[in-house]
Amino acid sequence: MTDITKSPSAQDVKRQMRRQMLADFWFYFSENRGAVIGLWVFMALVLLAVFAPIFAPHGATEQYRDAFLVPPVWEEGGQWEFLLGTDAVGRDMLSRLIYGARFSLFIGVVVVGIAATTGVCIGLIAGYYRGAVDTIIMRIMDVILAFPSLLLALVMVAILGPGLLNAMIAIAIVLQPHFVRLTRASVLNERGKDYVTSARVAGASPFYLMTRTILPNCLGPVTVQATLSFSNAILDAAALGFLGMGAQPPTPEWGTMLAEAREFILRAWWVVTFPGLAILITVLAINLVGDGLRDALDPKMKRS
Amino acid sequence: MLGFILKRIALLLPTLLGITIVSFGFVRVLPGDPVLLMAGERGIKPERYQKLMEQFGYDRPIWEQYLDYLNQLLHGNLGNSLVTKQPVVTEFFTLFPATVELSICALLIAVSIGIPAGIIAASKRGSFWDQSLMGTALVGYSMPIFWWGLLLIIVFSGWLQWTPVSGRISLLYYFPDVTGFMLIDSLLSGQKGAFTSALSHLVLPSIVLATIPLAVIARQTRSAMLEVLGEDYVRTARAKGLSPTRVVGVHALRNAMIPVITVIGLSVGTLLAGAILTETIFSWPGIGKWMVDSISRRDYPVVQSGLLMIAIVVMVVNLLVDMTYGFINPRIRHD
Repeated sequence: MTDITKSPSAQDVKRQMRRQMLADFWFYFSENRGAVIGLWVFMALVLLAVFAPIFAPHGATEQYRDAFLVPPVWEEGGQWEFLLGTDAVGRDMLSRLIYGARFSLFIGVVVVGIAATTGVCIGLIAGYYRGAVDTIIMRIMDVILAFPSLLLALVMVAILGPGLLNAMIAIAIVLQPHFVRLTRASVLNERGKDYVTSARVAGASPFYLMTRTILPNCLGPVTVQATLSFSNAILDAAALGFLGMGAQPPTPEWGTMLAEAREFILRAWWVVTFPGLAILITVLAINLVGDGLRDALDPKMKRS
Repeated sequence: MLGFILKRIALLLPTLLGITIVSFGFVRVLPGDPVLLMAGERGIKPERYQKLMEQFGYDRPIWEQYLDYLNQLLHGNLGNSLVTKQPVVTEFFTLFPATVELSICALLIAVSIGIPAGIIAASKRGSFWDQSLMGTALVGYSMPIFWWGLLLIIVFSGWLQWTPVSGRISLLYYFPDVTGFMLIDSLLSGQKGAFTSALSHLVLPSIVLATIPLAVIARQTRSAMLEVLGEDYVRTARAKGLSPTRVVGVHALRNAMIPVITVIGLSVGTLLAGAILTETIFSWPGIGKWMVDSISRRDYPVVQSGLLMIAIVVMVVNLLVDMTYGFINPRIRHD
């Protein structure tokens, strides 16, 4: 009976805990069938975007002078060379859509990256220091939130000048207050708890307290918000592109493609239908994942 | 109650001030000289440049300009459009009813379909109905509405030829503006077919604009109902032997409505943002299209003041929602 198993080191315990948390998370997440489907679709889109040159049968801006507005292959007059048809200047729709996935996902990643990191930092500061700092920050956020988001983004792009980069900056600024509010609320909730007090008594610096002690416990809602913002960013960027303020032609951005296609709406349905469908599928997949994440990360939902 | 209202208004003052700073700063942060910018590519003579600089006060310190701007605002002077030379306020109030009419119709559609859909989904949780309703709601929530509008135009205006493509009413009809709402004015005019024409112009834009609020309301109603249906008083009502319709429709619904009303109030911002896209697609002469057109025409006074007025409208509506909220739920008044 002296054969005691080696007591696990702290490192091992930590690793095991993390693994257990992941397993728990996956258990709740995978219960939601829609979320799993959304995740698969999303991963497929990422693959398409990354390997666009391999999947796309033609170049994104390559023009075929003898193939203007060719209908999709199943319609009368369709050609096998252009599965989803061509647009008004003879570019292959399918290839442009595949390359477009790159832009939309890139926009989502960059916008959420900027909005979430700045938003979380500002929210941490506001929630941790309280007082005047908090008041000033939150009043500024209120002002941003007072404007309809798309309108504010539109006006900002009008100031900065149309273009994809400026559109992304504008959308990030518009989405950021949500992260600030959310982080601040969870920090306010956490900072009075015993583990924070004990860490402070043990001599942790404010920076350590904010980033190492409190932040990890606020990440659940922030993750959900990030997913929602991801789909919002894609939608808003497409809307700006559609209004001529986002990515500029001939960029194969889906919203911009729609704007170019508008005049052919009654003559060639495919140039209008497919880019929008691509936006819808992408956004839907991300929102499905977002719903699953919310269910898996929200302790209130687990009990029910 | 009065104290509650006053407190809410006082809370809005800093935000209101912030909004004026944003709209004031708007022209100043534009790269380059505002007067040169307004002159455009044609250029401007030095004398005239000097005169305009003085007229707009751009040669004075920035804080003085801001105070002057506030003073102008308080006197209801929001500048003139560079294109039409009309006061921006006049233009805003001419176009605003069109947007309000569209938004009200959209909101009516969203509420009258969204709430029942949410109730059905919640009361039959996990069923086929629940899944298909909530699946549809998620599709609606993810919808790029500018594309959705184009699709509806293709199907209903192009293929079926049921509805017109754009505008508020057929050019065949002309009658004076009484209320600014085309549906009411066309009825008042008594002209045959005018009302039908106005209605057929309104249907597609309203559906498009309603899509996202509808999805949000349905989802919120469902989750609020689910929460309430688990409460003790609902179980008691059931145990008393009340019919399921009564339990769901009266006992649960009343309490579930509070978060739903918040969502409806919040969707006013969504509606105004959505109006930008919807009005552009359907050439609906409201403030959304006005803003987009002004941005592309570089009509900065309109953009500046339009932004300000839209923000104020959203704020006032949110305030009204807050007050309704206080009426429904007395606990909120006293916190």
